Amino acid sequence: MAKNFLTEENFEKLHKVIDEHKDMQGPLMPILHEAQHIFGAIPIEVQKVISDKLNVPLAEIYGVVTFYSQFTLEPKGDYLISVCLGTACYVRGAQQLIDKIAEMTGVSVGKTSSDGKFSLEATRCIGACGLAPVLTVNEDVYGRLTLEDIPGIIKKYQATN
Amino acid sequence: MDFYRSHVLVCGGTGCVSSGSLTIEEMFNAALKERGLEKEVKVVRTGCFGLCEAGPICIVYPEGSFYSRVEQKDVERICDEHLLKGRIVTDLLYIDKLANVTDIQTSINDVTFYKKQKRVALKNCGVINPEIIEEYIAFDGYQALGKALTQMTPQQVIDEMKKSGLRGRGGGGFPTGLKWEFAAKSHGDVKYVACNADEGDPGAFMDRSVLEGDPHAIIEAMALAAYAIGAEKGYVYIRAEYPIAVKRLGIAIAQANAMGLLGKNIFGTDFNFEMEIRLGAGAFVCGEETALIASIEGERGMPRPKPPFPAQKGIFGKPTIINNVETYAVVPQIILKGADWFTSFGTEKSPGTKVFALGGKINNTGLVEIPMGTSLREVIFDIGGGIPNGRKFKAVQTGGPSGGCLTSDHLDTPIDFDTLTALGSMMGSGGMIVVDDTNCMVDFARFFLDFTVDESCGKCVPCREGTKRMLEILEKITSGNGSLEDLDKLEDLAYSIKDSSLCGLGQTAPNPVLSTLKYFRDEYIAHVTDKKCPAGQCQDLLSIVIVDGCIGCTACARVCPVNAITGAVKQNHVIDQTKCIKCGACIPKCPKKVIVKQ
Repeated sequence: MAKNFLTEENFEKLHKVIDEHKDMQGPLMPILHEAQHIFGAIPIEVQKVISDKLNVPLAEIYGVVTFYSQFTLEPKGDYLISVCLGTACYVRGAQQLIDKIAEMTGVSVGKTSSDGKFSLEATRCIGACGLAPVLTVNEDVYGRLTLEDIPGIIKKYQATN
Repeated sequence: MDFYRSHVLVCGGTGCVSSGSLTIEEMFNAALKERGLEKEVKVVRTGCFGLCEAGPICIVYPEGSFYSRVEQKDVERICDEHLLKGRIVTDLLYIDKLANVTDIQTSINDVTFYKKQKRVALKNCGVINPEIIEEYIAFDGYQALGKALTQMTPQQVIDEMKKSGLRGRGGGGFPTGLKWEFAAKSHGDVKYVACNADEGDPGAFMDRSVLEGDPHAIIEAMALAAYAIGAEKGYVYIRAEYPIAVKRLGIAIAQANAMGLLGKNIFGTDFNFEMEIRLGAGAFVCGEETALIASIEGERGMPRPKPPFPAQKGIFGKPTIINNVETYAVVPQIILKGADWFTSFGTEKSPGTKVFALGGKINNTGLVEIPMGTSLREVIFDIGGGIPNGRKFKAVQTGGPSGGCLTSDHLDTPIDFDTLTALGSMMGSGGMIVVDDTNCMVDFARFFLDFTVDESCGKCVPCREGTKRMLEILEKITSGNGSLEDLDKLEDLAYSIKDSSLCGLGQTAPNPVLSTLKYFRDEYIAHVTDKKCPAGQCQDLLSIVIVDGCIGCTACARVCPVNAITGAVKQNHVIDQTKCIKCGACIPKCPKKVIVKQ
């Protein structure tokens, strides 16, 4: 990932967010959510700023960031492919879908491709069990999938730049 | 107020939105405008109708015509035929496979899926527009709060709740009224109410549907709870994975604030109450109440020992009550209509109704709400429509990663908190996943263990280490390396983990293994002694063979990466099992489809 996301502009936004939240009770989680949103990740540089301003030890913040699966230390790829591995999707064959995607993109689960294009993750239930098996690519939702649908979906995103 | 002759209700729940209902809604609005009907027909975006399988769903009132799987091209037809000329487009209506009639089901009220249901928690879902407070108020909204604040003392509210016998719908089944009483009696200058909307059980989505379809009911109920215990602040802890629910609840809170239904001096009394949304960040354990508290406080979501219970020492060390979304959803109706009304459904020990999320190998996936005491058979076959593709029912899993499997022997069991627990499963939050004979129960247990290993917070050893060891044994079995001894080891470990884990997650994590060991032991034995997977799901235990009908085209042999397939042209081919690496590359190549896994 060559992209620079630790820009001055983003840090300014972060300072603003911290100032807005620091007087509330239990401000850490809301600030981390905002930070993840601003930077697309919460690397150590960002954690240090939050630690300084909130006067919370860095170790504690690192502990929280790494505890929750929604917070990441590195940014995700341009296209985040999330395959639902909730129970309803699993019994309808979601595992085969995720295997196929890993094979096609060369990205294993939880990883990002070297060009920063795709990230693949297994997510737990997005609550669209009526459409099982389901996957999402960023905001797009694909439901009632079969193995045959996968190549078409992947190619659609591979073609874009 | 404008008068409309027809209403088009478009489902705006996550299931239907995912299949494109918002585009359908836009197209209806545009098509109606084009025809000059925008003052005669109103399009309403509602919450979930429950029958997600048939989405996107549109219902046209006053007829109640139930259009299912509506596509973009259908919108014009419904507008031209139904809304302009008054002719129902029968070929687009939902086909009720369960009704033994050839007549077309023209009204949603005739659909079998809904007939056996009793919608209490889901009363307004699919009926009102959740983003308009007036619609909630028109359906008796905020009347219970008005009644409580002006005519009842806090103790009377608690007494009514106790009398109703309502038990926590999040899975524990603890009597709600009792919980409120503990918190009311706890001393503290500040108290909190919290709503647990961290619906982590994979396969359960009733809390999401209630928040998306009827968010004001939760606000009203939390205000009632706050009045009962003497709190002035409420937190809703909600999964970040539910963006629509977060957005609608935010809108609802803002509207309630603007109308004076939240804030200072509500209904002209001296009762003040404000609400705040806190987002979860993807940790299943945060559904455990003490972990949820830690997360709101800005820490890692790790549970702590109880007592002290949250009712004594909760958020920021203050007395707190935490109830689940579905529990709150029925509270206003109990206060408004009385405890006797509520106890008129359900069983003696588990009054009221329960919402289940039906999923997996079942025809009508979706949300159903039934009176407690309804049998599993009625839910799975009469409402759920049975198993698709003519397969055989094998088991139903209730309670998610904390629950267990029930077999066809249990189909006539009336569902309530106690019967399910007695059978080694549990109510949980109400996920109900049906599996058929192609699903391997050992692999199913492995799936849940994989989940709990991932989600264990790591604080206590039995859960952190124990579940991991159990998973390793299960993986050994599903890959064909297990022995009979392993089954005993699994059981031993399971009981130790249940007895010694700190919180509900660890104490219930072995349940999926224990219940499958109890009811499907033969499948485990087949895996360890015969090295076979009877359901044909465990890849390592399958062999790929060529059955009768080979024409000797050599297509399979040419694609085999290890040259395991031999045979002359136009002669039967065979796969050498000692060489085969089970890659499956040959299977799609066979023009006669005679290469199979078995």
